[in-house]
Parts: sequence; structure tokens; C-alpha cells
Amino acid sequence: MFVARSIAADHKDLIHDVSYDFHGRRMATCSSDQSVKVWDKSDNGEWNCTASWKTHSGSVWRVTWAHPEFGQVLASCSFDRTAAVWEEIVGESNDKQRGLSHWIKRTTLVDSRTSVTDVKFAPKHMGLMLTTCSADGVMRVYEAPDVMNLSQWSLQQEISSKLSCSCISWSPSSSRAHAPMIAVGSDDSNTAYSGKVHIYEYIENTRKYAKAENLMTVTDPVHDIAFAPNLGRSFHVLAIATKDVRIFKLIPLRKESAVGSSGPTKLQVQILAQFDNHNSQVWRVSWNISSTLLASSGDDGCVRLWKANYMDNWKCTAILRGDGSPVAGSSSQAAVPSTAGGPQHVLLQASSAGRKKAQLIPG
Amino acid sequence: MEEVDVEPTTTPIPGFDSNQKHLGFVWGPGDILVYETIYKASGGCPFVHEVRKDEDIYSPILRKLFNESHHIFVGLQRIREDLPSKNKKPQFVSISKNYRSVIRACMEELQQVAGIVYVYHVSSCIITLELIWNLCEVLFIDAAPAGSLVLHLLDWVRLHKADVDEKAREVLASESPAEHQAYWDVVISYVLQGRMDEARQVLVKQAALQPAARVMFKLLDNLLMKMPIFNPGETQTLTEFDVKWRHWREEVDHCLQDQSFASNRHLEDICKILVGDEDVLLEYKELLSTWYHFLVTRLLFSHPTVKPTELHYYAQSSMHMFLDTRSVPEPLDSILLAAFEFDIHQVIKDCSIALNNWWFVGHLTDLLDHCKLLQSHNLHFGSNLREFLLLEYASGLFTHHSLWQLAVDYFDHCPEFGRVYLELQIERVPLDTERKALKVIRICEQRQMTEQVRSICKIMAKKALRNNRLGSALSWSIRAKDAAFATLISERFLQDYCAKGTFSDLDLIDNLGPAMLLSDRLTFLGKYREFHRLYGEKRFSDAAKLLLSLMTAKIAPHSFWMTLLTDALPLLEQKEVIFSADQTHELMFCLEELTSGKSVPTPDRPMQVLGYTPPYPLSNVCFPFNLLIHCFIICSNLYSCLARG
Repeated sequence: MFVARSIAADHKDLIHDVSYDFHGRRMATCSSDQSVKVWDKSDNGEWNCTASWKTHSGSVWRVTWAHPEFGQVLASCSFDRTAAVWEEIVGESNDKQRGLSHWIKRTTLVDSRTSVTDVKFAPKHMGLMLTTCSADGVMRVYEAPDVMNLSQWSLQQEISSKLSCSCISWSPSSSRAHAPMIAVGSDDSNTAYSGKVHIYEYIENTRKYAKAENLMTVTDPVHDIAFAPNLGRSFHVLAIATKDVRIFKLIPLRKESAVGSSGPTKLQVQILAQFDNHNSQVWRVSWNISSTLLASSGDDGCVRLWKANYMDNWKCTAILRGDGSPVAGSSSQAAVPSTAGGPQHVLLQASSAGRKKAQLIPG
Repeated sequence: MEEVDVEPTTTPIPGFDSNQKHLGFVWGPGDILVYETIYKASGGCPFVHEVRKDEDIYSPILRKLFNESHHIFVGLQRIREDLPSKNKKPQFVSISKNYRSVIRACMEELQQVAGIVYVYHVSSCIITLELIWNLCEVLFIDAAPAGSLVLHLLDWVRLHKADVDEKAREVLASESPAEHQAYWDVVISYVLQGRMDEARQVLVKQAALQPAARVMFKLLDNLLMKMPIFNPGETQTLTEFDVKWRHWREEVDHCLQDQSFASNRHLEDICKILVGDEDVLLEYKELLSTWYHFLVTRLLFSHPTVKPTELHYYAQSSMHMFLDTRSVPEPLDSILLAAFEFDIHQVIKDCSIALNNWWFVGHLTDLLDHCKLLQSHNLHFGSNLREFLLLEYASGLFTHHSLWQLAVDYFDHCPEFGRVYLELQIERVPLDTERKALKVIRICEQRQMTEQVRSICKIMAKKALRNNRLGSALSWSIRAKDAAFATLISERFLQDYCAKGTFSDLDLIDNLGPAMLLSDRLTFLGKYREFHRLYGEKRFSDAAKLLLSLMTAKIAPHSFWMTLLTDALPLLEQKEVIFSADQTHELMFCLEELTSGKSVPTPDRPMQVLGYTPPYPLSNVCFPFNLLIHCFIICSNLYSCLARG
């Protein structure tokens, strides 16, 4: 792998999240500098910042795009105890010429009493719906009943747990065989409560989410969680970032014939893989689009890519690691970060790290 | 099956220190973005780096490879299943040769592009691909039996040791070929490759220089000429050939024992090579250059009737003899060895690991699968090796802005997961232009992927609406069969009409056809426009009838009734009576319904549109007075109707 391009993000503080839009042509970054920036990829592959604005009065932890069927919509969540929904409006013609666009806030979700640690949109087949989770352990599900009116969101459900929540993942399956499912991870270090991953399932009868499973084997704080794309499988695959990387298989046990049951599906939990290569806390996990690759980021300052070969043996296939060298071509403004430093500089770097020998299962 | 255990490669990311920072990341459509962060603390100056796999798909030369191999692939899939395998063998061999010629063409083009390190690296990689594929063709697909096997292997080696001919040309073109530095290298190389005729031609030059040794040269020439070569076409059996060959070998051995060539070291070496003297062969390591060349030469001169099942023994021993005991076997060596051992799965596995692309293993495995050479393993998802590799290859293609269309065919021929992979990935194709969107939709429609069609149309409709292109938005939402959105857009059209007095996108609205029925509001829009058209064509009674039906059939929303009634005014004011008595009665009824306890917004559309200039500005008149005017006019119309009887 090689670094194709380095983009000066121009945030005045740490970036906490970067999110690609559905088609991979736009990205959003959010930072401790309380702002969100939106970038557009031009035809020649250059990234241009088309919007930058202050979104919260505290560090912005996560930013995420809604499905383009709902328009150009972003959600952000912050230390300032709120989550917000933003929509891009087509600007004046001179703005367009300058390549700028405007984002306006459609709603602020103020129900949380503590830092909102994650916000995620539900799969599009569920309509315009999102979930937030907070440091005080409350998960909230919101819905916009009229998808044309993004200012109206109603709180569908609030679920409290005794553990502070750090991350959410929606199961992406749109199959009718699967009820909607949300996994919530907790980074609480309280050892009195084991099982730091809760799985909730939507129950048709009650129209509410109910707890389906608690992964009891995950006892350490969980920092990130991600369902893999479903690929028409009958079971679910869930990756977890905790003191190591873990991949679970969740097999629904109830048969379709159990009509009208008011409880969630029983899930059989199996562990598919566990990696401690980071040798430290793992902070992020994420699947690529076809769920053939999992990436994880850890305290060792590395990103590792994991892949299952055709015999379903998982292996680490690549590592990305900071090499401590300055980014080539940077000017006198310091490349060494210590405090909220100044903006870095744009440059293009394409060093090929290609080699013929012992390459790994690529992709 | 042991796994080749390789350490993962590490890609350095510039500009930050892993000891101080964390590396955040997000997956993209063909890349991964990484950025410095610290998951717990705050402070720092961030970069975002775009990291990609060593990219083959962006090379324009390789693009031809992908395009042409796609063509061959699709052709291969269409070969009828019902023919027995043995009849298909020539077809498969031919397809294999097609693939190889595509590889060679790519290789040649790359070699012409000079001086770029990356290209060189890719080009030498491609030579390796052809080498491996060729061997697989000889051993697995063509499955040459004993006798032909050595001949095929000779061809294989010759194809990949083309520098001999170049050297020969240089030598022969020189002033005195026999005295050229590389002269004997050329002769020996030809002999090592079993090219006796060429060797003899070159030897003649030397013979001419040494008339005294004429007899010796003649003797060797004779031996070279008489060397038996198995001819599979002839009626000669393998045994007969073997006898003949041993006979000849004894003759050569005699010459050696007789010291016939003792005076010329070179000629003696050639003679020793002819009897398969391994020590002498190894002296010419440099000319052989690879252990597999050594293997084939060994077989030619010691075991020309080698059976496929015996191959691996000679391969292993050749490799050991040829390579330094200290040298570590390269991935290519293990791949070739696995091939000589007829361990197809190992070949594929090693290729997957060692080669930096899925193209090769995907296509080769697919071909081998068609030859029924792969046992199907039951995999985790229930798929098989062939499908696994093709899915990987096609997924990689999907991130490319034009090659993604090739990927569709590959997914089509993956029965287990092809469809679901395609569904997942085709939604992500950026819809930059309407044309591209239509292309994607057509592909989805051909495969009954209705949800994807709907989604794409919805996205396009939404985009059009955002940019205020109402006509485009409407036609996309019709295509998406999205009634709610169509209603919304129709409302916008009507609002625009109220504000400006004209309709935009008349073509679209006039030609809605049955699509009009998608939503009530859309139907109304279509019919209302029709009313205007009829009015414009002065077909007043038709217009009047339509206008009335819009209200009585409840097609028009109540909010619009005021506008419609106002529209009725010029018709009422016409000199001739347009509305019949019944119709007028109904108009009054509508007016009454409208005013009974319902608040109705005043229309402010300029009435000049209908060519009607009221003697007073109606829009400025307050609501009840407006109504009175209506009543008055309607009544007067009614009166004239009644008066006429």
C-alpha cells in the first residue's frame, strides 16, 4: 500500500472522526476545534474543502452521513451534550462558482445530560432514523416521520443502561428475515458489570427495541463496534474494538414460525477471531464495503487490516504506521504537534511501496 | 496444506509518530483515509492521508488487459455445459492460449514504455504471470502425456528464454561469427534448449574455420541430426521411440568413450550434454539461468519419456542441484514446484499470496474450474474457491470509474454471492451524470434489482429537486414510482404556477401518460395543464368540462379550488354560453362547498394568462367580495342558460 495523497485538514485541533459519504465523493471531518468540514473530491482526485463551520460548543466526536436518498444530510455529536442534524442547501450562484456550499442546522437533539459519544443513521429501509448514545449510558432512537421535513424529529425510545456508552452500530441487513438490530458498546471500566456489548432488536408487536443479547465475554471497555455488511447471510458478523480486536458471529435461533412472539430473537454467539497484534487498546474498527476486510486502529499508533482467506482463516494482511518522518515539503510551520498548532500544508505524495516478493493477500 | 507464512507488509505514513499518536481511519471506495488523532486526549495539528493498495487498475496499459480478458472470460462462461469434458479440451487450450496472448501483448506494450520504475516492476511481474500460466496450461489443461510432455516443456522454456535468439543474431551478424566471444554460448544454449537444427547451423561456421577437424565436426553434426524427437502424430509408440532414443544415446556415449571429441573441449561438452551428464549441465548454470530450464534439459537428455506423475521427483531434485543450499526459495519457485507436483490448490494459494493482483488467480482458477480440475471445497459461506477469487477481483474493479462495468459480468457468473455483491456495490457507483445513472439503472433493471433502481431514481430525484430542476425531479420520481415525492414535486409545480403564472417543463407534463396516475396531485397537475391547453386551443366547452370535473371528481385539492373557480370566470364571461345549466349549478355547488367553514387562500395568479382582464384587480379584492363576483357571474350565466331554455 502507499500514500497516494496527503490532505491538510486545516482543523485547529485533533480530528476525531472522518466519514465518507455513500458514493465516496465527499467526506466530512470533525474535530475538537468544534467544527465540521465538508470536502468534495474533484474529477482529478483532489479534495477541496467546500464548507467549514462551527457545529457545537465542545469537541465534536463523530460525524456521519445520511443515505443520499434523504438528500445531503449530516449528523454530528459532541461533548456539549447535543447531537445535531445538518442539511446542505444549494447556495447562491456566486457561491457555487467559488465552490462553496452552505449547511444549515435542521435540528438539535438536546435530550442527553452528558457528552454524546456516537450518532449513527439507521439503514435507509427504516426511513430517516438515527440513534445517539451518551456517556451516562443512555441510548436514544429518533425518527423524522416526514423525510421532507428534517426539523421534526421525534424521540422514539430511550434505553438506559448502567454503563457509559461509547459506540453504536446498526445491523445493515434489509432482509425480511432479520428484525432491525442495534449493537451498543460501553467503555465503562466498572468491572461489576460484565458484558460490555448490548444487542437490541426491534420487536414488531411492541414497536420498541428490546435487549436481545449481552456479550458476556467482552468484559473490558469497548471503544468501537461495527456490524459487517450482511451479504445475504442468515447470521450477523460483529467486530469489536476493545483490549483487542474481536469478531463475533451472531446466529439467530428462532424459527420464522414463531409468529406473534413478543420477545427478541435468541442469538447464539460464537467468536470468529480475536487478534491482539496491536498489543494495546484498540480504538476503532470498521468494515470495507464488501465486508471482506476489517480495519482496526490501536494504541500502538497503527492501523491493521484483517482478512479471511477462502478457508476462513483470519490474518493481518497489512499495517499502516506513522514513520515519524515529517510530511515531505512542509514549510517552516511545525509539523510536530504538541499543542493546538497551526494548519498543516497540502502536498502530494505517491511513493510506491510495491514489491514482487512475498506480497500479501491484497485488497 | 501448509500455508506460506508471510509477515504483513508495513506501509509508512509520513508526518507523525506512532509513539505519540493514534491513527484514525475510514474506508473509502478504493482507498482508506487515515489521520492522526488521539482517542482520549486533545491537541495537535492533523493531516488526512489517502492510502491505496499498489494500484494496477489505474494503469492504462493494464486496462486493455482487463478489457480483453473480460471478453475471453465471458466467452468461456458461455461454453455449453452439456458437452463432455474431453471434447472441450481443445477449446479450453485455445482459451488458455488466448489469455496468454493477451498477457504477452500487455507485456510487449509495457516493455516499450521505457524508463519508469513502476512500469518495469509491473512488466517483469507480468512475465512471471505468463510463465506460470503457460506451465499450468501444459500440465493441467493440455495435460500432455509422457512423450509429448517433454516437448511441451521444451516449448515452455524456449518461450521464456528468448535472449538466445538475440545473442545468435548478434553473433551471426558479426564479421567472424566463429570467433565471436559469445559464439559457444549460443551453440550450447541451442543444444540445451534442444534446438539441434539451429545449433548445427551455427556449428557449421566453426567447422569452416577448422578444416583439419572436419571429421570431428561432421561426426557431431551427424549425432545432432539423428537425435530422435518424439512425434505424437506418427504411429510410433512411446516404447518404440524409447528404444530408438536409447540406441542413439549409446552411439553418443561411444563417441565419448572413444575420445572422438577430446581435442575440442566445447564439442566434448556438447556430447556430454547429449548424454545428460548432470555435472556438465551444471557447469553451464549461467546459460541455463533457472532451475526449471535445468530440469527440462535434464529430462530431454535423460528421461524424454517422463510421465507426468514422475515430474515432481525430477523437479525437486533439479531445484536442489541447481540452487545454492544457502539461497532461500522464492515464491515463484514454490509455485512452479507445486505445479510440477500437480497440486493445483497449492499453486492457486501461493499465487494469491505472492502476486499482487486477483486478476491472475481469478481467471486461471475459473478456467481450471471449467476444466473440472478443482475439487469443490465447502467454504465458510458455502461458496467455492473460484467464486471467492472472482468476487475479490470484481470487487477491486468496481472502484474504477469505468472498469466497474466489466465487474458486473463477473458477478453475474458467481451463482452464490454474485448477486448480493453486485447489489451492494452497484449502489455505490457515483451518479455523476444522468447518463451514468441511466447506465447503472439499466444494468439493475436487466437483473430485476428493483430496490436498487428505486433507490437510484430517488437519489437522482432528490438531487434534481435540490437544484430546482423540477422537471428532472418529476421524471426521476415517476421512474422511482415514488408517489409521495411525485406529490411533493407536483405541489412545487403548482406553487410555481401560482407565483409566476406559467408552467415549466411543459413537454414533460403534457406527455405524462399513464404515469400521471402515480399520485393524485400529479394527476391533477397533468389535467390542469390539459385544461390550459384546451383553453389555449379555444376548445372552451371541453376546457369547461374538464375544469368542472377536476373539482367534482375531487382530483383538485381544495386549496386549489379558488384558483379553479377563478379560472372558470373567463369561461363564464364569454359571449356564448359555455357552461350548461347543470354545469353552472355544479359550479355553484362547488363554490358553496368551498366557502362553508373552510378557509381558502386567495389566488394571486395573474389572470392575464387566460386573456382575461378584469375591470378591477381581482387579487386585490378581499375575499368575500371576490366570492360575490363569482356568484354574480355564475348566476348571470345560469340566467342566460335558462333564458335560452
